[in-house]
Amino acid sequence: MFPIRKAVWLAPKVRLIEVEAQRVAKHHQPGHFVIIRVRDPGERIPLTMATSDAQAGTITLVVQVVGATTEMLCDLEAGESILNVVGPLGKPTEIEDFGHAVLVGGGVGTAVIYPQAEALKKVGNTVSAIIGGRTKEYVIFEKELAEHCDVVHPCTDDGSYGYNGFVTGKLQELLEDESQKIGAVITAGPVPMMRAIAKVTKPFNVRTIVSLNPIMVDGTGMCGGCRVSVGGETKFACVDGPEFEAQDVDFDELVDRLATYQTQEKIAWDRLHKCQDCSKS
Amino acid sequence: MKPAERMKIDRQPMTEQDASARAKNFREVNQGYADEAATQEALRCLKCKDAKCVNGCPVGIDIAGFVGAVADGDLNKAANILLAANVLPGITGRVCPQETQCEQYCVRGKKGVSVGIGYLERFVADWARENREDLFEPPPPTGKKVAVVGSGPAGLTCAGELSKMGHAVTIFEALHKAGGVLVYGIPEFRLPNHIVEAEVDGLRRRGVDIVTDVVIGQTYTIPELLEEEGFHAVFVGNGAGLPVFQGIPGENLKGVYSANEFLTRVNLMGGYMFDAGETDTPIIRASQAVVVGGGNTAMDSVRTAKRLGANPATLIYRRSREEMPARVEEIKHAEEEGVIFRLLNNPIEILGDDKGWVRAVRCIKMELGEPDDSGRRRPVPVEGSEFELPCQVFIEAIGTGANPLLTQTTPGLEVNRWGNIIVDENNMTSIPGVFAGGDIVRGGATVILAMGDGKGSSVAMHEYLMNGK
Ligand SMILES: Cc1cc2nc3c(=O)[nH]c(=O)nc-3n(C[C@H](O)[C@H](O)[C@H](O)COP(=O)(O)OP(=O)(O)OC[C@H]3O[C@@H](n4cnc5c(N)ncnc54)[C@H](O)[C@@H]3O)c2cc1C
Ligand SMILES: Cc1cc2nc3c(=O)[nH]c(=O)nc-3n(C[C@H](O)[C@H](O)[C@H](O)COP(=O)(O)OP(=O)(O)OC[C@H]3O[C@@H](n4cnc5c(N)ncnc54)[C@H](O)[C@@H]3O)c2cc1C
Ligand code: FES
Repeated sequence: MFPIRKAVWLAPKVRLIEVEAQRVAKHHQPGHFVIIRVRDPGERIPLTMATSDAQAGTITLVVQVVGATTEMLCDLEAGESILNVVGPLGKPTEIEDFGHAVLVGGGVGTAVIYPQAEALKKVGNTVSAIIGGRTKEYVIFEKELAEHCDVVHPCTDDGSYGYNGFVTGKLQELLEDESQKIGAVITAGPVPMMRAIAKVTKPFNVRTIVSLNPIMVDGTGMCGGCRVSVGGETKFACVDGPEFEAQDVDFDELVDRLATYQTQEKIAWDRLHKCQDCSKS
Repeated sequence: MKPAERMKIDRQPMTEQDASARAKNFREVNQGYADEAATQEALRCLKCKDAKCVNGCPVGIDIAGFVGAVADGDLNKAANILLAANVLPGITGRVCPQETQCEQYCVRGKKGVSVGIGYLERFVADWARENREDLFEPPPPTGKKVAVVGSGPAGLTCAGELSKMGHAVTIFEALHKAGGVLVYGIPEFRLPNHIVEAEVDGLRRRGVDIVTDVVIGQTYTIPELLEEEGFHAVFVGNGAGLPVFQGIPGENLKGVYSANEFLTRVNLMGGYMFDAGETDTPIIRASQAVVVGGGNTAMDSVRTAKRLGANPATLIYRRSREEMPARVEEIKHAEEEGVIFRLLNNPIEILGDDKGWVRAVRCIKMELGEPDDSGRRRPVPVEGSEFELPCQVFIEAIGTGANPLLTQTTPGLEVNRWGNIIVDENNMTSIPGVFAGGDIVRGGATVILAMGDGKGSSVAMHEYLMNGK
């Protein structure tokens, strides 16, 4: 059992959860993720660690409610526990001095780029962050990122806060400004956003790294369910990634494979809501 | 009873669930011997002076001894003999390929049918599990700490033996449940999970600490276990869990699974109970499923697909029936359940529809040519014989390789060109104090060989721990 120390809403349907996981915290590096199971029986789902505290033995997850398991997880309060937490999994982010590194986070992806910002700053980069949300209330981690970034550009789809438009628009502006001397773009967020970013950076020939999120089961290279096509080769995202060179990724295939269980996901969701309704009444 | 009388007794059939009923459920196919059948079967043993059957047993069970005790009705004694040599008899009684091991050497097989040693092993193990307390005297502690990586049959056996010797053993398992292939691979209809759980609980009662959710190579490295976590020796039994894909076009279509993923979703995660609302892990139920491969994994996959509703559930294998490495009983059961065998065929391309789902697999007919390195005749494609088999789920069960996650993070650990760990005659790796066994050393093998390695390693490890050798 992994006790929850803290659980707070950061934005609508986005929850920060701090969990005790001593072993994982000790070895966490930026880019690593964990696989959790809320209860038994229960689905195994991958989640990236936003931060960790080796001393306190805790890790922090930022979770968006998109289906049955994320909802069950986000229903938990401090003092309750998660049944299984395994990690750290995946390869850590390659941290090097790119000169100027631009991090782009969309939605909960903003939490993924947070530890990367800290590590990239430490090795001497100028670090900018572009973070997006639908409206102001969806912009998360701005204050935290500001601690490590030279500049943070919040963006909102409706212009209610910061840059008026998508993160790709802001990124385009920065890329066109030659004085920025951007050495790398590192991004995490919804697949359509990452795909759009790859398209924006391509003509500028800037190294672009994306954090892929295919459906996973074990997270140790045992099932092959997480396979993605990168540069024409099949890779297992859980052990070969989850970060890959954006220009090599077959995004169409990723989007397609993510839809494999759509029908069943809806059933699980309806089922969860039905029993919540019946237990309430 | 005189040998002539014994010779008159026919092999007792195993009680089985009816084929058409069991093809729709996940309950165990074999129901076990009734007491009377077990006694009769045991009486068939001729009590050979120089019993050859034991030569076919990788863990050297005194087969004549335990079978004789069953014939005498002394099940307690039978259990004592069995358990002295084999800590997981309820498992091996169900999954060992007896026809190529003990039963192959049985004299009764020369002129008829061998004694049902596997069925009797299962009978005694089940009786013991249900009827007696696991009496256990904790041995004096040696003060030595051992880490075991992986809770498959190799790791469980090694841990059990080491704890009997008084060492403090911790098993680290990557998944959330202990048992290795026994719980994530082999389906419930062949090996119910509760049997594995009972064996694992037995180890826990003996004081073995089983820590799940730890991936060695990620959560800890082996050098850390030795240098920081205070372990004096390590046994690596992490299996050969890396799925191999054929590398044909269409493998990333929706509906294509590795056998590992398909079986893990169904067995470990209970995906077959998703529709009943009892689990959250989805699995695709196809009306037509095709599995490629000829081993136990392929057989388990195709029979699982059948149970999930596929009709037909088809198995394609590029060689002929004689070359199939699967247990004979599984092939027989699969056929009875209505699995279609398309032997001497090989898939060459998976075809998708406009929504990215599998719609068919293109195959080519094969014929057997000259023998290859394995001594089996090499299958060669018959030109112009391509055809399409419609299916919505396609499962690849052509083998597994060594997972590099652990070996890559262990400097100085020598592996061969397939990534299997190299060990000496004591199962010690190139790193002193680090031993290995099971599939990670042998490549995909069997449960009993993995157990044999676990047991052999425990003896060498004890020697190493106590005398530094
Ligand atoms: C390496 C990795 C890191 C991740 N990190 C985070 C994180 O830090 N925070 C976070 O909120 N989410 C993260 N995800 C996504 C998260 O795992 C999924 O949202 C979760 O599995 C959905 O489970 P569910 O039962 O709630 O929803 P489901 O009902 O299973 O799915 C609901 C919807 O989510 C989509 N979905 C299903 N599985 C995934 C998946 N693995 N990735 C993306 N979308 C999926 C489906 O296509 C569907 O539309 C990460 C995924 C990966 C692979
Ligand atoms: C579907 C299927 C059916 C089979 N049927 C039969 C049969 O009928 N009869 C038979 O004799 N054999 C059968 N086999 C083969 C047999 O199961 C294997 O040979 C045997 O399980 C090998 O045992 P092992 O202990 O070496 O490894 P495994 O059983 O593979 O166990 C390894 C364990 O280590 C864990 N692990 C892996 N990496 C790490 C890590 N880095 N850190 C921590 N833990 C880790 C894994 O999660 C797993 O639990 C079958 C195999 C399969 C896949
Ligand atoms: S999640 Fe199973 S191999 Fe990656």
